[in-house]
Amino acid sequence: MPALLWADNVSFRYAAGGPLVVDGVTVRLADGALAGILGPNGSGKTTLLRLLSGTRRPTSGRVLLGNRPMDRLSRREVARQIAVVPQETELAFEYSVIEIVLMGRHPHLGVFTVEGPEDIRIAQEALAATGTAHLERRPFHELSGGEKQRVVIAAALAQSADLLLLDEPTASLDLGYQLDISSLLQRLNRDHEVTMAISTHDLNLAAAICRELILMRDGRVLAAGPTEEVLTSDNVRRLYDVEADVHVNDDTGHMTVVPVRRIAR
Amino acid sequence: MNVRRRMITVVSAYAVFAAAVMVWAPTVGSTDISLSKAFDRSIPWDQNVDAQIFFVARLPRVLSGAIVGASLASAGVVLQAMLRNPLATPFTLGVSAGAALGAMIAIAIGLDLGAMGVSSVPIASFAGSLVAIAIVYFLASSQKRGLSTNVLLLAGVTLNSFFSALILFVQYMADFTQSFRAVRWLMGDLDVGSYSPILAAIPFIVAAFAVFAILPRTLNLLTMGENVAAARGVEVIRAQRWAFLSASLATGAAVSLGGPIGFIGIVVPHLVRLMVGSDHRIVLPAATLFGAAFTVLCDLTARTIMAPMELPVGIITALIGGPFFLWLLVKKS
Repeated sequence: MPALLWADNVSFRYAAGGPLVVDGVTVRLADGALAGILGPNGSGKTTLLRLLSGTRRPTSGRVLLGNRPMDRLSRREVARQIAVVPQETELAFEYSVIEIVLMGRHPHLGVFTVEGPEDIRIAQEALAATGTAHLERRPFHELSGGEKQRVVIAAALAQSADLLLLDEPTASLDLGYQLDISSLLQRLNRDHEVTMAISTHDLNLAAAICRELILMRDGRVLAAGPTEEVLTSDNVRRLYDVEADVHVNDDTGHMTVVPVRRIAR
Repeated sequence: MNVRRRMITVVSAYAVFAAAVMVWAPTVGSTDISLSKAFDRSIPWDQNVDAQIFFVARLPRVLSGAIVGASLASAGVVLQAMLRNPLATPFTLGVSAGAALGAMIAIAIGLDLGAMGVSSVPIASFAGSLVAIAIVYFLASSQKRGLSTNVLLLAGVTLNSFFSALILFVQYMADFTQSFRAVRWLMGDLDVGSYSPILAAIPFIVAAFAVFAILPRTLNLLTMGENVAAARGVEVIRAQRWAFLSASLATGAAVSLGGPIGFIGIVVPHLVRLMVGSDHRIVLPAATLFGAAFTVLCDLTARTIMAPMELPVGIITALIGGPFFLWLLVKKS
């Protein structure tokens, strides 16, 4: 299957002379993929997502969207195809939920165009899809962490993009919200055919919903492929320096990872 | 949730308010004048004292107040959004300090290069503001990746104190009359005397507002953070560059016209946000109009509250703005 988004041997450093944060990484996201990006803190997950979304340009290598080099596309063109859910959203000013979600329509609107009924319909659908329709008129800053995260996902959905890149979408959420978000993402991928890449620290979330995994350490890809092949106790040890048991439930095929202890590198 | 209808209703309401204030303000003062007489064309100009007071003595002052207020308020809105800092003002980035230094130098050396009815002080202060804009801009864009808002803030704050030191130096070297003029200028004075300085400032302010017109939805996204804005399709660096340059140009022109009148650029944007929310497509035009009305009203207070003595408008805006700013700080934290 042709890659929808393809990072071809990309490297990136934030400052000239600084260390390579992403070092010769190749990632192919096929249409309809649900991929997880795993790795310890500072392994380059967030930076890789920024390269994939085109908000940063690789120092070397290239990113192709469809078959077109990302750096030939305007930000608007890219934003119509790729939406991003950041790890945290800090607002400098107070907006209502519907205002936040309508901002997702930005790449589809002209400079002086105001959101029309169609845009409002799309925004309300996005709210409904994330179970936040009842929050439409609420001020964003008054919501709980889980509600905020779902609204931010709704804003990304309102972008009507085929691709959704999520940076640790469940990082600051309690168990209930983590489950909400993961089933939401699964549903969006299955029913709305949204292609996704999710960076996460939650191995069990990744095991539960991702069909393929990319393991990153020190800016490099340690292993990549179908979840059941990549998520082994051996790989977890190489990734985190942590001894872990990986169980496969014979009936359901569900995989669970139980960390046991930290080992010296 | 019809944005267009809300924009039209809210902005029209503010426009009516601003227009009413601007027509009413020139009728108030030490001499009562009648609006109908002032606009009565059947009375010859040289016999129509009301028209002379309205058009010659008071209207230029009201117009300059409106232009200065509109510019400072809208520049405040743009900079607060761009810097993601609700406490930023048009003076945060050093533009007004540059303008003040220019004015101080012109006063101290008795510069005389007036052109087209504009005296040397506003010309020198506008030049000073351009120098400050250039310094801050080049410092902030010397970073490899476009404009850094952090550097912008730091450079602006540093430039502010550096220019303030130079202003003190220039004042120390000046004689008593010059010092007095300088201090008066720093308090803000909208009594521009004629229409010429207003006409001279207008092209720059129109240019700035032309940029403001295309910014609002982008500003909404910039307040969500650079990465979010970029992911939603905003060319972040280009947008920040235009926002900084246009807001600074409007500030420079406004300060050259009326002096560094404080607090308008923070009080008005926040009052307007309290009334209409945070959507910049509504906040920006509303703050522009409300800034005009607010400044004209402050100036009206300044010239009537201790009549026949006329206070500088900067004292009134500071008396209202200082406590308001503190209240805002407490409320935010």
